[in-house]
Order: sequence, then structure tokens, then C-alpha cells
Amino acid sequence: MSITQSIVDAVCERAAGRPVHTVRVRVGELTAVVADSLRFCFDLTTEGTVAAGAVLDIEQPPGAGRCRACSQDFTLTDLVLLCPCGSADVEITSGRELEIVSMRVG
Amino acid sequence: MAVPHVHPHDDGPGHGHEHSRDGLLGPRVGRGHPAAAVRAAAPGGETVTLEQRVLAKNEELAAGNRAWLAGQGIVAVNMMSSPGAGKTTLLERTIRDFTGRRPVAVVEGDQETMLDAERIRRAGSTVVQVNTGAGCHLDAEMMRDALTTLAPVPGSLVLVENVGNLVCPAMFDLGERSRVVIISVTEGTDKPLKYPYMFAAADLVIINKVDLLPYVDFEVARCEEHARSVNPGLRVLAVSATTGEGMRDWYDWVAEQY
Ligand SMILES: [Zn+2]
Repeated sequence: MSITQSIVDAVCERAAGRPVHTVRVRVGELTAVVADSLRFCFDLTTEGTVAAGAVLDIEQPPGAGRCRACSQDFTLTDLVLLCPCGSADVEITSGRELEIVSMRVG
Repeated sequence: MAVPHVHPHDDGPGHGHEHSRDGLLGPRVGRGHPAAAVRAAAPGGETVTLEQRVLAKNEELAAGNRAWLAGQGIVAVNMMSSPGAGKTTLLERTIRDFTGRRPVAVVEGDQETMLDAERIRRAGSTVVQVNTGAGCHLDAEMMRDALTTLAPVPGSLVLVENVGNLVCPAMFDLGERSRVVIISVTEGTDKPLKYPYMFAAADLVIINKVDLLPYVDFEVARCEEHARSVNPGLRVLAVSATTGEGMRDWYDWVAEQY
């Protein structure tokens, strides 16, 4: 099952027949999901469902990491885990989210 | 209705496949919302909070597969690569060399390699082919159905040939024990930087076709360095499935998974 299909299935299940107007998702910038592609696929996948025509609202938390060596928090623009201090012992604290947040129905 | 996407796998002609509805891939375009028509909120509407992971259902099914496999003492290895990395040859040799050591079963999800299922069978393994349709990855449900059909005996090794690309399969847990990325020295040394999600999700990288190193511009050490930059704990093995060089290390790694 694709990412988009998973979103649409979950939304339609919870909508229980009510029309869906807006779907809010959270897609971190450190995931392989591209927002514009997701929006495009969403429009096609919702065709013929209660979510047809719904607006997909995408939150994109930026990438962030915390260094386990020096406890510094810093921005991550890609998956190369390297703290400014030189340590590669980095924990990703933001940017990997792939969640359905909420929807507007009725 | 499949959506043709340009796939970021850079692997030669003849491998275009369509992407249906995955919302992945393609170059990252700007972050702004297009000036889409925002519909007026219907009066009397209601906001429903979901706060759930998009792949929750897949993760649940994967957990079921993982528990079943563990109960049977079966190790499943999810093998991912671009087309042309030499997966089928690696599989054939592995199956032959495991004869008399451990039963091997293969889940075949790669459309390209489907044609080679007969080769796999001749090498001595049971095979089940999974039709992913226009999909670009296996998922936990396909894995569950494949395991039901395969019915691998307790203690066996299940090798899963995922669909031939290095983006989508990284996102879908199948319930496997470990994830292996296979690349060949005919690909670029910077492959791990082009497909960081895949390498970040992997447990092992196999660099195949090292017998061709004298003829290509590929630096094994540098590739390892790139791979570890996105996944510091990653194991890397250099092998040639054709000559057999380094294959022992791969078999030792498999044995460690039990
Ligand atoms: Zn640091």
C-alpha cells in the first residue's frame, strides 16, 4: 500500500461517510516524501471517495539533530549526521515525521 | 490510473516504471503551497483529530510477520538494490552454497528479476513471486501473503528481493530481520549520498562485482565513508557473486543473524 493510499484509507475510515474538506498531515523534511508529489497523488487517490476534492494541508517540520557528544542542538538539512563539533554521534530530533494530524469533516 | 513519475534511480535505459500514487520522489520543488482553491469550510463542520502514523497499518502487519518468523526461527533478509546490481547472481550463488547447510526460500518482488525466477528455482530454492502491479515496493501485507504461500520450514533463510529501486522500499517495514542494500562497482561511488534514506535504513551494504574494480572508476573505501556518513554503524562487505570473492563474509553475516 502506498503512502497516499494509506492516508486516504485512514481518513475515509474515520470519516464514516461524512464528506472530508481538509486533511492535515505532517511530513518531515528528512523523509523521502516530496510534498508536491504527495499533493498530486492525493488528488487522484481521493477521486470517488468521501475525501474527493479535499485540500491536503502539509506541515513540514525541518530537520534537527542533537549531538550526544556535546549536547548541542542544530539544524539538519540532510541525513549526513555530523555535528559542528565534529562528532557523528547524532540523534535526529525532528524531520522524520510521517503522520496524519487531523481532518475537517461534515 | 497510474501516475508516471520520474524516478530518481539513475540506472540505465529500459527501466522506466510507473509510480502509482505514492507521493514520493521527483525533485524537491519549493515548499510553498500552490495557489490551490481553498474551499470554504462547510458550516457546521467538525475537526477530527487523528494524530497517527501514516504507516501504522503496515507497521502492525510487519510486527505480526516479525513475531511469526521469530517463532519459527526463520531469518528474513530484505534485499534492496537498483536494477543491474547483480542481485540474481548473488542469490543463485547463495542458494547453491547453502545447499546442505540451511533451506532457502525466496520472495520475488522485483519485476525485472521475475524473469529469473526459474534460475532461482534451478539453484535449489522455493520461490514465490509477488505481483506489485504498478507499485514500487513490497509491503507487509504482500510479505504476509508470500510467507503463507511459501510456507518456509523452521530455521530457514528467507531472501526477499524487493522491487528494484532505492527510494520507496526503504519506507516499508516487511517484518524482516535485516535490511541489505546491494550496489555494484559499476554504479557511482556517491550512491549512498544520492539515496541517503535507503542507506540510513540498512543494516548491511554489499558492494558487488568487485572483480570489475580494475576497469571502473569506483572507490570502495570512499563509498563506505559516504554510507557511514548517513549510518555510522553500517556494515559494508565487498564481494563478487561471479568469482565468489568475499562471499564467505556474507554467509558469516547471515549466520550472525540467527
Ligand atoms: Zn557535537
